[in-house]
Amino acid sequence: MDKSSWPTPDAMRTALAEIVGVEHVLTHIEERALYAYDATIRRTVPDIVVRPHSTGEISRVLDYANRQAIFVYPRGSATGLSGGSVPLNGGIALDLTRMNRILEINREDLYARVQAGVIVATFARAVADANLFFPPDPSSAPAATMGGSLAENAGGPHAFKYGVFRDYTLGLTVVLADGKIVRTGGTTVKNVSGYDLTRLFVGSEGTLGVIAEAVIRLIPKPETQRTLLAVYEDLHQAADTVSRIIAAGMQPAALEFIDDASIRVVESFLHLGLPLDAAALLLIEVDGPEMVVAEQAQTIAAFCRQHGAREVTIAATAAESARLWQARKSISSAVARIKPSKIAEDATVPRSRIPEMVRRLKAIAAKYAVDLVIFGHIGDGNLHPNIMCDERNPEEMARVWQTVAEIFDVTLELGGTLTGEHGVGYMKAPFMPWEHDETALDAMRRLKHVFDPQNILNPGKVFPEAAPPWPISLAPWNRKRRAPDD
Amino acid sequence: MSCIKCGLCLSSCPTFQQTGLERESPRGRVQLIASVAQGVMPLTQGPLADTMFSCLDCRACEVACPSGVPIGRLIEKGRAEVVHLSRRQAAQTPGEQATRLALQSLIPYPRRLRTLGRLVRWSQRTGLAHWSRHLKFLPEGLRGYAGSLRRLPSRTGREMLAADPSPVPAPGSPRVDLFLGCVMDVVFGEANLATKRVLERNGCAVSAPLGQVCCGALAVHAGDRDGARALARTNIDTFLQSDPAYIATNAGGCGAALLEYPEWFADDPVYRARAERFAERVRDASQIVETVGFRPPAGRFPHTVTYQASCHLHNVMKVGDTPQRLLQSIAGLIYRPMADMARCCGSAGIYNLTHPAMSAQLLARKMADIPPEADIVVTGNPGCWLQLEHGAATSGPPVRVMHVMEVLAEAYRSEPSAGQSES
Repeated sequence: MDKSSWPTPDAMRTALAEIVGVEHVLTHIEERALYAYDATIRRTVPDIVVRPHSTGEISRVLDYANRQAIFVYPRGSATGLSGGSVPLNGGIALDLTRMNRILEINREDLYARVQAGVIVATFARAVADANLFFPPDPSSAPAATMGGSLAENAGGPHAFKYGVFRDYTLGLTVVLADGKIVRTGGTTVKNVSGYDLTRLFVGSEGTLGVIAEAVIRLIPKPETQRTLLAVYEDLHQAADTVSRIIAAGMQPAALEFIDDASIRVVESFLHLGLPLDAAALLLIEVDGPEMVVAEQAQTIAAFCRQHGAREVTIAATAAESARLWQARKSISSAVARIKPSKIAEDATVPRSRIPEMVRRLKAIAAKYAVDLVIFGHIGDGNLHPNIMCDERNPEEMARVWQTVAEIFDVTLELGGTLTGEHGVGYMKAPFMPWEHDETALDAMRRLKHVFDPQNILNPGKVFPEAAPPWPISLAPWNRKRRAPDD
Repeated sequence: MSCIKCGLCLSSCPTFQQTGLERESPRGRVQLIASVAQGVMPLTQGPLADTMFSCLDCRACEVACPSGVPIGRLIEKGRAEVVHLSRRQAAQTPGEQATRLALQSLIPYPRRLRTLGRLVRWSQRTGLAHWSRHLKFLPEGLRGYAGSLRRLPSRTGREMLAADPSPVPAPGSPRVDLFLGCVMDVVFGEANLATKRVLERNGCAVSAPLGQVCCGALAVHAGDRDGARALARTNIDTFLQSDPAYIATNAGGCGAALLEYPEWFADDPVYRARAERFAERVRDASQIVETVGFRPPAGRFPHTVTYQASCHLHNVMKVGDTPQRLLQSIAGLIYRPMADMARCCGSAGIYNLTHPAMSAQLLARKMADIPPEADIVVTGNPGCWLQLEHGAATSGPPVRVMHVMEVLAEAYRSEPSAGQSES
């Protein structure tokens, strides 16, 4: 990591202003300081912020950066929960939000072409207006960009039935580290010509190339939806119900879990009259043809009651259903009402292990005496244990870091993964060797070297040796961990 | 409540929508304020100071923020710091000096405001106002508005109220004190008169205590918290002495400020409690009409109407759908909703004068959102009113702008004969 050979800030500014225009290069400390963060807790100020307007401009910026070996940190709206866009080692923050055009929505061939900076919710609305459906729906959709969500391979509640961003990506325009522009995939669902570079770049977290444009697969809009809210006095019964719904072969469009602490914070934000005495809620959406959906909603409601739900309501209107979903999607932010800092995890386990995972999470929180909030996409095993804390309190933070390590340990023990949809970033990089053996990690390193031999793209992410070390020793967990093939 | 940088405020912020710059976003502004507060960054006159004042203070971000960060209050405090710094460094621009002069020597004094109103009226009659757009020494924002400003009425609202006979209130009628405001009373005095009449038609005993002054919102927005608190004390004393059931406002900006008096006096052992007693009675007139039991007018108002929410009415006073419900109860009125009606129109107090370029962009978007079939845009704040009239006079569409209370008063007035409104 040699920054001594970099041009001076003034020289960088001159060169980059020539490419994107002087008003789209930010150098004042009071402006750069605002490109130091995402929704994680580490902040690092970039040396310069560049805001390109086209794929060609990105290409020229990368060509310059590569020749000068300057680090480049691509970013959309910086809403990430793993630190994917934080410019850990300084250099260029490459802000792609000016590239915000939806280039095409093709209703005959069911695809859309978008630039990286298009806001996810804006895109989903435009698609719905064309009477089509783009299912991935992360809670950050009102702010997050398509490019950032593709780079992190984001998901959301609909992933349970419909899959994640990767499943809706038919092709990409990617700018490589040396500025060359590569187009992958196409506009067809079936396409097996050559290596599937599309699926490689999606989820590569800005370490292999900069996603500039994408061809997005669309599907017909379901005729209608119903939203159910099931209220539980015992959170384990809620978790149990989920396993049984899945075992019974039912497939709701979304199956979400909300614990008691989440209910309280979101109620204090929205005042919807949620039951504050409940231990957990299940928020369930079914979709499809009207006749099927009405019946399915009743079946699932009865099923929830059989398995311990105190009360099940079916939203009567679209507005009521929208309010319930707003509540669910506000939780990740509303938890800041508990304590000022949060560590958001998205450890994911096989669906059948959900009841056990919930029990283990509660036990871990008790063991380390931390404020743990649990909500998330319980239907696909992707829970969000959020640890609420105060980053200014070192004693508390030591317990928080232990808690995170133990959550990962348990997740892997149950056959799960470190991250279901947030990405590795810098937050989970130290734990990569826990999930992937050296052979797998080395294969990833060699891929990285092919695409970015100088290691200028988003350094400090994904790979354990590059990321900031975990604040506490991980020795206790490493010792008792089993090898992957045991 | 602490900002965790989730970004859910971004899409709600009009200045971020226009620029896409983090520094023009609530998240960015909060981070800058926090950096200064934590000593990470010194307070300078750079982009940080600019962005404290480029905020519209529309509070849409507070409604969007699940974490409950009091963004508006943080920014008002940030402004006070910047103003404090610029006074220390004595580096005020002519615009800042003019603002300061107006805040300290004009706004607090209703009589001086009335005099200014007469002066403006004289300039309008003589054609000077129209001609003033060419006066290059006037700030750009002011020049643009002078020509489109409506003819000021010859009397203030206060004077109209004094001349308007009130019915004898029924025993047990709720006593309502009217907060008149400054711009509202000088420029839109008829709206104050209409508010009085509508409240009376709905069974309230209405008066407008003498001794009330400006709410202080303009001073707070400009970073002059001490000046604002002096005004607030006068209002608190005046209205608590009168002791009404409700304090009615018809200006979202004023109402929001009155509601926030307790925050202004958070460190004041005496006025904190008094401010709370004051604020708990403050309501928008539309809310009072619904609370006391709305008596829909029997008269007709045959117009196609859309409604533009004042930001402070919507985001701080949280009137919700009340004004629209009242409008929709009127016979003959066709209601057409405006898309994104809670987005700021760019008026934002004196923002249209201090930031004319951004204000013009937001006004253009707002005018484009007016449903084409609407002939009247209804609003609930004098700043929005002036701004929309400016838009109607310059870019169009050439809609008429009215206050909710005016529309209701018109419908009451066109009733076949008095006393038939209850059915």
